[in-house]
Formats: sequence, structure tokens, C-alpha cells
Amino acid sequence: MSKSITIALAGNPNSGKTTLFNALTGAKHSVGNWPGVTVEKKEGKFIHNSNEIIAVDLPGTYSLSPYSLEEMIARNYIVNESPEVVINIVDASNIERNLYLSMQLIELGKPVVIALNMMDIAERRGHKIDHNKLSQALGVPVVPIVATQKKGLKELLDAAVDIVRGKIKYNPNRVDYGKEIEDKIQKTKAMIKDKSNIAKYDLRWLAIKVIEEDEAVLDLLNMKDKFSAENEVAVTNEDAFENDFEAIIADRRYSYITSILSKVVKKPDSKVLTTSDKIDRVITNRWLGLPIFAALMYLVFWFTFNIGNIFLDMIDGWFGALGESAGTALEGIGVAGWLNSLIVDGIIGGVGGVLVFLPNIVFLFIAMSLLEDSGYMARVAFIMDRAMRKIGLSGKAFIPMLMGFGCTVPAIMGTRTLEDEKDRLATMLVAPFMSCGARLPIYVLFAGVFFPGKEGIVVWSLYIIGIIVAVIAALIFKKTIFKGEATPFVMELPPYRIPTLKVTGSLVWEKAKGYLLRAGTIIFAASIVIWFILNFNFSGMSEMPDSIGAGLGKVISPIFKPLGFGSWEAALSLITGLLAKEVVVSSMAVIYGLGEAASEAAMEGDVTGFVEALNAVGFTSLSAYAFMVFSLLYTPCIAVIGTFKKESNSWKWTGFSVAYQFVVAWVISMLVFQVGTLIGF
Amino acid sequence: MPLAMTGIGQEVIIKAINWGPKMKKRLQDMGLTPGVKISVISNDTNGAFILNVRGSRLVLGGVVTQQILVDAV
Repeated sequence: MSKSITIALAGNPNSGKTTLFNALTGAKHSVGNWPGVTVEKKEGKFIHNSNEIIAVDLPGTYSLSPYSLEEMIARNYIVNESPEVVINIVDASNIERNLYLSMQLIELGKPVVIALNMMDIAERRGHKIDHNKLSQALGVPVVPIVATQKKGLKELLDAAVDIVRGKIKYNPNRVDYGKEIEDKIQKTKAMIKDKSNIAKYDLRWLAIKVIEEDEAVLDLLNMKDKFSAENEVAVTNEDAFENDFEAIIADRRYSYITSILSKVVKKPDSKVLTTSDKIDRVITNRWLGLPIFAALMYLVFWFTFNIGNIFLDMIDGWFGALGESAGTALEGIGVAGWLNSLIVDGIIGGVGGVLVFLPNIVFLFIAMSLLEDSGYMARVAFIMDRAMRKIGLSGKAFIPMLMGFGCTVPAIMGTRTLEDEKDRLATMLVAPFMSCGARLPIYVLFAGVFFPGKEGIVVWSLYIIGIIVAVIAALIFKKTIFKGEATPFVMELPPYRIPTLKVTGSLVWEKAKGYLLRAGTIIFAASIVIWFILNFNFSGMSEMPDSIGAGLGKVISPIFKPLGFGSWEAALSLITGLLAKEVVVSSMAVIYGLGEAASEAAMEGDVTGFVEALNAVGFTSLSAYAFMVFSLLYTPCIAVIGTFKKESNSWKWTGFSVAYQFVVAWVISMLVFQVGTLIGF
Repeated sequence: MPLAMTGIGQEVIIKAINWGPKMKKRLQDMGLTPGVKISVISNDTNGAFILNVRGSRLVLGGVVTQQILVDAV
């Protein structure tokens, strides 16, 4: 077999690179209908016609003059790692803007194959694109594909392999920048051609980048300091232009594209409003935007509870029955009492206590993924811009925060789409306040016990508190330590589309799998550890109130007294929740023997055993609410802390984030309890 | 006039972008080059705009639209 071929997938954000990558490699990375879902490069291997191919999915970029971290990653990869061929995914329904990047990719000098994606959408809108003519005009292969339906992939790979193997002659046409710029390019080329470290770069590309004053290239050429002096040679005719060179270069690229497109594309009058535009006039309306958003979020939680709980009761029953029959069976074969307890109370109780909430998680993710995939989430950034700008952030910062409703880890990584470092850090610090999926079991449990019939509104209120606290915290950060102007908000809006079963299904399946995996690993391990520390002390096996766990809880519990839940049980659950927020629930399950309680509950059809247990340690509906608020806001799990360290690259900020979130949670939860008590709840 | 002053449905031509080189470059890369004709799909007074730029839908925050000068068609 011949040497493997490395193919880089490059293209605009939201052009379907990840969909193509998944279709090629069989991977299941998450895709979404907004720009910036992929912020890291990903690799996958597969075989095509007995060629081993390594595909590299790069984050989407509009250009190769990088402004944000994700664009830098994409460009550095193509420039420095030299993939054999670049597949440039072009959204056929948005071809003019997409080809701008193609022009730059072609300029880089690496062979480019254009995959004309979303041909189906373009056709539905009445755009007729002659891909053969386009290929001729550009001088690069153009292959029409529909990545979502895996159409045209074989032809695409054939073209890519043929180029690498030299079976197709690769001879791209160049953008003609006009006499003045072309003269400058020649002069600059002459000026830099003897530099030592530029062998792997295309000389014309370097020259254009110098004229565009690209910092990374000026750095590479050692021209940053003496740029002004040396560039004066090149920049002699600046006065001849009313604009700067960058504007002229961008303008020439676009003119080149429009002149090509006028010959190869037939499309209806662009003044006609698309359906997307009409929907947007309502959804993004000044008065209706926010109420529609709030109402949709309420629907999401209503759906999560009312539909999810039907299944929750079923699974709860199974685990109860499993615990009971396992207990009887283990007793029957003469297993020691402690081991029986470890298995039934520790493992089945602890893991089962978390697993019963799987239906709620699944329904939350179904609802969220429908909103994402339809394109609505991108509009939320638009709707929130006015509010976000008041706190000194742009609407774009709201997108990673929304991702936080799923899991805080991708939310923190998603802040890479923000251009400004200060904005990015501020967003990373507040994103954990957005309630992640792992906190949901805590709410379902407590809301179900203490607020029966009102779970939807109670949990919705928690999510809203999370948003409000995040916004206020961001405001304080932006007014104090991260002072600065609001960064300009620039974002492309994807068109609405009808969510497909495939995308929603695979997204939900991935999340459910992740949840099950956590239940089988970290929660499983945590349940065992919790069982041990609750059943042993330093002199051997003990009653629970004398155990190590209880002792630990008792040391910490006074901190939570003013919050209304000063019991060692609550304190211990919260501390163990730092491993993963679901563990709060498994700890409670082990402590209160939910294994048994659940079986009783299954018979009685509710969770009264658990209510009694919680009432016994002093939980009232008010302190339960305070407990939920604390769970919502306090220090996120270790996975988040680790991601925060990696992304901020600072122990100082990581430590700060851990500490201040604990303090914020304590203060707000205390206020809820104290004010609630005062006004007589 | 600044783009911020235009209304829904209006068509305008980009004249100049008064912003630092980085942001200006980014906007140009996204298709807002001088002379290009754009139309306003949605605008929220003091808030963000949705524009039709070369067939794509671009959201620009209020801060940005005040710094982009346009001519009426």
C-alpha cells in the first residue's frame, strides 16, 4: 500500500466541514447550526481505494488573516503542517462569501479541491451552479456534494487522491490584483526572496501577506521592526489609492469572484426575502425577541420534566426491584452482609440514583438540539446583544454560555470564538453559572420531592437565576478587572433549517452515551468510595453517623448552616459533587439508602421514603430551594476546573474561579434562605 | 451616514469602515468591501443588525454599525 495521504478540511464556519468529516471517517463529532461548533482540529483515518487517508477537520475560518484562536489553528495547520491536499468545503447556497477563503487557500500554493456542499439547499433556493464551468474558471477541481446524504464523496476523494498522485494536473488561476498591487507584489517578492526560512512557503503568498501587513508573516520574515522602513520601498504609491491596500486586495478578490460567478451561477433576484428572513423579522423583533426566548426555554423544561418523568418512574421502579432481588439473591448465596450492602446500597443505589435521571437528560438534550439544529440558538446571540453590550460583552459571548446548558467543558472551550482575551476570560469565569446537564438530576430529585406538580417552573427559575448571576458577574468583571470597550459583535447567521432526525438523534445519543459512561466510571467509583467512607471509620466498620464520611460532613456542615441545610449529609453530598455534579445525588442515594427507598417507592408509586429521610435532616421546601441554588452556582466539577486551567493557562485564574464561585453560591443561597425565612416561606 | 441609522428593508452602499485595522480587515474578509451593496433584513434600535451581504446573513452589533459609513442607493 502506498504512503498515507493527509487531507485537510478547510472552509467557512458552518459550511458543513464536520458533517463531511463524520461522513468520511465514521466519527460522530457534534455538529450544530451555528458558526464555531468546531474549535479544535480533529483527525480521523480511513481507507479509500486502498489509499490510507488521514483527514484533519479544521475549525472554520472566513479568511487566512487570523483574528481568533480557532482561525489561527486552521491557518497554522495548513501553512506549517503541509497536508498533501486541502479539501475546501464551500457552501453552495452562500457561494460568493465562501469562495473568498478559497481564493486565499489557492494562493497558499497547496493543492486545493473544492467540495461544493449543500447543493440541495442551493437548488431549492433556485440557484443553478455549473460546477464544471466553475472548475474551469478557477483552475481547480470542483466536486458537488451533499455531505448530509453522503452524496458525491467518492468523486471528491478520487479527485483529491488523483491530485496527490499527479493524475490530474493542478494548475490554478490567480486573482489579478490590478496593476498597482501586482507591481507591489513583484517588488516585495524581489525583496524577500533571499530570506532563509521561507522555503516551504509560496513566495507570492508571502508577498501578498506582507502587503496586507499580516503580523505572523512579518514576524516570520523578521520585518516587524523595520517594517515601516523597508515597506516604504514597497509602499510608494499609497497616495494613488483612496483606500488602504488591504481593502483593495479584499475588494479585488471579491470582484474576481463576482466576475466568475456571473458566468457560472444563475440565481433569483437577491432582493427577495427568504423564508429565513421572514422568520427573523418576528423572532428577532425588538419587543418579541426576549419573551419568545424565555417562553421557548420554559417549554424546554416543561418537556424535560413532564415527558422525562414518565420514564423516570419506570426506571426508578426497575432499580428498586433490581436492588431488592439482588439483595435477596446475595443473601441466598451467603454473601457477607457488608458486601451485600456495598453492592445493593453502594453500587446499585449510587449508580442507579443517577441513572434514573437519564430520561430527563435525554429529553433536555432533544429539546436543546432541536433549538440548535434549527438555527434558533444563533439568533439568541443576536437577541441578547443589547443586554450583553450593556455588561460590556458582545452577543457572541452568549453562545458559549448557552453551550453551558449542556456541559460546562465545551462551553469553556467554545469561548475560543471570542477575539478579545479579556472578554474570553470573563466569559470563561461566568459560563459555569449556566446550569449544566449534570446538575439536572439534583433539581429533578429535590423539585420532585418538595415541589410536586411545579417542577417545571422551579427548574426553569433555577436556569434563569443561573443566567442572571452569570450576567451580573460578567458586568462586575467587565467594570473592574477586565475593563475595556465592548468588542464589536460580528457573526454570520445560519439559515433556519428543519432539524433532521439523524443530527438530533446522533447528538442525543452521544450525550446519553456520555452520561451512561460517567455513570459506569466516575459515578460508579465515587459510589463505592462514598459507601466505604459512610460505613467505616478508622477502627473498622461503623454505623453511618460515626463513619469517616459523617465526620467529614460534620466538619464542613457549619458553613452551610446559614443556608438552611447544615446537616452533615448535605455537606458531604456537596463536597463529593466536586467529582461530578451527579455525585451529589448518588451520595444522597447511598446515605438515605435509595436502593431500598426506591423499591418501596415503586410499590407506592412515589418517593415518600426519600421525602421523610430529607425532612428528618431538616430539609424544608425553602432550604431545598436554597440547596438547589447552591448546587447550581457552586464550584463546578474537576473536569471543568481542568479545562479552565488548560484554556486559561493560568493557575491563578483557575484558583480564583474555584474560590469565587463557591463564595457567590454561598452568598446567594444564603440570601435565598434568609430572605425567604424573613418573609415567611 | 452611519449604517446604524438605516432602517429595515433599506439598501445601501458601503463607503468606509472607521475601525482599527484588525476589525476592518475582518469585516472586509466577510464581504463588506467599499462599494458593495447590502440590505438591512432586521434592525433593533441601539442593538444588532442583520444584513444581507453578498447573499450571506451577517449580524453586526450596535457598536460596529455606528462606525460603518454608507450611502443610500
